[in-house]
Amino acid sequence: MTEPLDKPKRKDPLKRSHVGHVPPAPRSRAAKAMAVRAGQGRFVLQVCKDCAETTYPPRDRCPKCWGELVWRDQPDGATLVAETTVRTSMDLFFRDHLPWRIGTAKLDAGPVAIVHVHGDVADGAAGGARVRLKLCLDRGGNPALFALPETETPNMQDDPQLRTFTANPKHRRVLVTDGRGPVGQAVAEGLIEAGAATVFLGNADPLMRYPGQASIEACEGIETVPLDIGDTRSVAELAGQLGGRVDILVNTAGFTREGGVGFGGKITDLQAGLDIDVTGLMRLAQAFAPAMSGRSDDGVNAAAAFVDVASVYGLTGRSGFAGMAASAAARLTLLAGLKSEMRQTGIRVMSVLTGPVDDEWHQSVLPPKVAPRQVARAVVDTLANGHDLTPVGDIAKDVLARWQADPLLTIREETE
Amino acid sequence: MDPSSRRRASYDGAVVCAPVTVPYVRFSPQTAHWWTGAALSALGRAAGIGPNDIDGICYSSFSAHPDTVVGMVQHLGLSPRWMDHIPTGGASGVMALRRAARAVQAGDADLVACVAADTNHIDSFRQTLTQFSRFSQDATYPYGFGGPNATFALITDNFMREYGVGRESFAKLCVAQRDNALSNPHALMKKPLSVEQYMAARPISDPVHLFDCVMPCAGAEAFLVTTPERAEALGLSAARIAATIERHNAFPDDSVQTRGGWECDIDALWSDAGCCPADMDMVEAYDDYPVIVAMQLADLGFCAKADLAGFIARTDFTVAGDLPLNTNGGQLSAGQAGAAGGYQNVTEALRQILHCPLGRQVPDARRALVSGFGMVNYDRGVCTGAAVLEQEVVR
Amino acid sequence: MSQPAGRSVLADFAAALAGGSLKCVDLTNTLSPDFPVIVLPPEFGACAPFRMEEVSRYDANGPAWYWNAISMNEHTGTHFDAPAHWVTGRDLPSNTVDAVPPADFLAPAVVINITREAAADADFVLTRDFLEGWEQANGLIPPRHWIALRTDWYKKVGTPDYLNMQEDGAHSPGPDAGAMDFLVHERDCVGLAVETVGTDAGQASHFNPPFPAHSILHGNGRYGLQCLRNLDQLPTFGAIIVACPLKIEGGSGSPLRVIAIIEEDAA
Repeated sequence: MTEPLDKPKRKDPLKRSHVGHVPPAPRSRAAKAMAVRAGQGRFVLQVCKDCAETTYPPRDRCPKCWGELVWRDQPDGATLVAETTVRTSMDLFFRDHLPWRIGTAKLDAGPVAIVHVHGDVADGAAGGARVRLKLCLDRGGNPALFALPETETPNMQDDPQLRTFTANPKHRRVLVTDGRGPVGQAVAEGLIEAGAATVFLGNADPLMRYPGQASIEACEGIETVPLDIGDTRSVAELAGQLGGRVDILVNTAGFTREGGVGFGGKITDLQAGLDIDVTGLMRLAQAFAPAMSGRSDDGVNAAAAFVDVASVYGLTGRSGFAGMAASAAARLTLLAGLKSEMRQTGIRVMSVLTGPVDDEWHQSVLPPKVAPRQVARAVVDTLANGHDLTPVGDIAKDVLARWQADPLLTIREETE
Repeated sequence: MDPSSRRRASYDGAVVCAPVTVPYVRFSPQTAHWWTGAALSALGRAAGIGPNDIDGICYSSFSAHPDTVVGMVQHLGLSPRWMDHIPTGGASGVMALRRAARAVQAGDADLVACVAADTNHIDSFRQTLTQFSRFSQDATYPYGFGGPNATFALITDNFMREYGVGRESFAKLCVAQRDNALSNPHALMKKPLSVEQYMAARPISDPVHLFDCVMPCAGAEAFLVTTPERAEALGLSAARIAATIERHNAFPDDSVQTRGGWECDIDALWSDAGCCPADMDMVEAYDDYPVIVAMQLADLGFCAKADLAGFIARTDFTVAGDLPLNTNGGQLSAGQAGAAGGYQNVTEALRQILHCPLGRQVPDARRALVSGFGMVNYDRGVCTGAAVLEQEVVR
Repeated sequence: MSQPAGRSVLADFAAALAGGSLKCVDLTNTLSPDFPVIVLPPEFGACAPFRMEEVSRYDANGPAWYWNAISMNEHTGTHFDAPAHWVTGRDLPSNTVDAVPPADFLAPAVVINITREAAADADFVLTRDFLEGWEQANGLIPPRHWIALRTDWYKKVGTPDYLNMQEDGAHSPGPDAGAMDFLVHERDCVGLAVETVGTDAGQASHFNPPFPAHSILHGNGRYGLQCLRNLDQLPTFGAIIVACPLKIEGGSGSPLRVIAIIEEDAA
């Protein structure tokens, strides 16, 4: 059984912060393709289109018949046939986390893989122990197979090896950017329920009341802070105060207005949307990413993740909400750039893609719509599992699936 | 007709001579090119030859980047009419031997220098690992980055359980090799090793402990392959190749490596050689981790795997013993000079059967089994090879 | 024919400024991202707040110089409303800031102090009756003056009470239609100058007609000045207001620096 993580003490100001490193990062293109699927929580391996052989490590051709390979979801059971505890390593990341348990697993899907092994898989279990494999992303955004006990064990998430593969909010301090809206409020409450130590909840206009204010202010663990992501100075000032204490940043801010492109769209709405969605994201990144990066491996409440909640229509465009989709598209593009930068520092950049939220700006949109609580659950799940792309709600799942299958067709469908 | 049953041609018309070792150092500020030149220089002194005499070269190195044998011939002023680059690490010596012998037999070359050289800078080993192979990058090193220690720990963990081999068996092998190393002036390990010290060593990656691991270093090894006539003209002692085998990526469906490619071709080796394991005066086996030594002893026919613990217990592996093993101390006690680690088994076997040892001489040595194993591309060694060498003439 | 030196009006003015018998009062709030803007129902286009992005500050983007890119609405911060701002003024000549006659940038002010009434009732409505009573006490409002409505509302800047936005809308004082008709048609005012965020009362959308200050001022070619401060430093009569909007082509208004010139002991 895993020892539950203790609530971290306040940092000793005389101690140098521990510098975070990432595990060895170079990967083949095929391994990166595996990472993309791992980020969506899938357990995949390559299968030959011709002979159906399942293969691992990632290859570019089938080793049995030289046919072409495709990624397919696979059963995640395995038998551990050998194990070792690594006690010395030349890699800066692993040196900081020794001893490190790994094993050789014979996958039910066929291949053999070297895997990370959870502390609750019984000692000496090699030689026949059954395990469940999880395809994780490591701190550098690369795919990693992790062997878990076949059934849930107490405090399983607190395993020190497993925790480096997640951004679990437990004991962490989170900044949620927009507390004036229902999504930000639900996310803040969800994070507190998931064990976050504190949620700093942004308020762009502290002089103006907002719906839900009373219950937010009464919620233990939530502290409202002034934050207007349209205002560079406001973001910089908050980062100056909190930068060293924000372990997870969740950007729930967004600007949605109806309108077309040539017909019925407002330039000022587009500008305001771009300022909040796009420039705002860059403001947050520039203000918070450096400080978070410096604390990416600094104990239980090390900085861990930057989460952005954006519209799935950023992938496709959306008729009737052209400007909103355009700013979401730009936002997703910026986020991809940030993800690449942060991969080198050990901070996860995660994207929660949502369909229309059941709020005041989607009154004329037909259901299904996403309840703010669903977004909150998706944010918590994404953090706890270390995923990097999570669609929330039926619409986002449907759009994402169609977009992955046929992007141009989906663009046409969504803009008609 | 099964192509593998077709009898291989003999290696008549080719002999192996002039084993040289450039003494190892733990870290070197020099380059692989410098070490390669040092090996050629040593060959030149041993055989009385210069650059114009060498018309074939077979080369191995991990640290010559960005150069291969191509850069090396220009760097060192050779104009060979035959060359080969063998990137197979611990299997490279045996492979160079067979390729060079075939070239000489066929008349493509008369005097082939087989050279392996590597330098070792402070960070070389880690850098070599990080760029070692695609499968390692994708699927091994990100798992704790224990390097080969971790991979061989998994193999060892399984092997010990599967065949009832304990650490005391590995201790016997390591202690014997250290004993052998003490007479080798070039060996990096200079102090005796006791079974107690072996057993009490700190764990590196369970069940691999400190004395199961080699010490990476800089160094170079080389030998010549030529015609018997040329060897005679140069006044060189010569060995002949009784038989060789190689095999790569054998048994890919084994979950964990418990056997090497030797098992595929073992019968051919002994039938081609016209002798058997009991006829060997020594075994020079790849020894980066004693589990691989144990695996070779079984796969090459000295005992059954189930009997390994007993065989090891009742055999004396020192130079004076009943089966001298890694008579220079092997990589475990002499050091692992990169690709040269895959050559030192060949050069040491040659020195023993040509009676020009660095340290103690195996009494009346005439036949040696050399075995190579290399390249943990992912979770196991991919390349294996073996050769039976016999004394032809001592001059 | 030129006047002898030292006898011209401007020379006297200059001497008075230099001698300290005239002084300037800054009637402008600082433009900052925090300064509130008027709040409309969200489905309407919003009033963009002041924004400032640094272009360089003696750094790689400009080693020896510091400057910023700024953006805002024409009606952000202390600002001027031109007649074209309101639908009632849309067809008037010279109704945009670039066309407003420069003579109107400089005009005397009469200060009507409703501080006490506004303190007692945030929804205080300025009426014709109130103005007639005020004239009886203070004298007639002269023509071609800014009507400066002193409420001391500027002291609420930085607090929720400035916009005073409740669930039924904003609450701040302002005139009704009768007062505006009186000031425009019977007193020929230049415009209405206020410390609140708009010339109209917070609840003016519910007045009949709605937004009487905007509607009547701009429909008759008069101006508005909003978000002023320091009207409490001005005398009831005798101050000159200098208010020069930016010359924005076709602009409906403009943020600006507003000052008043007063005689030293006038306040």
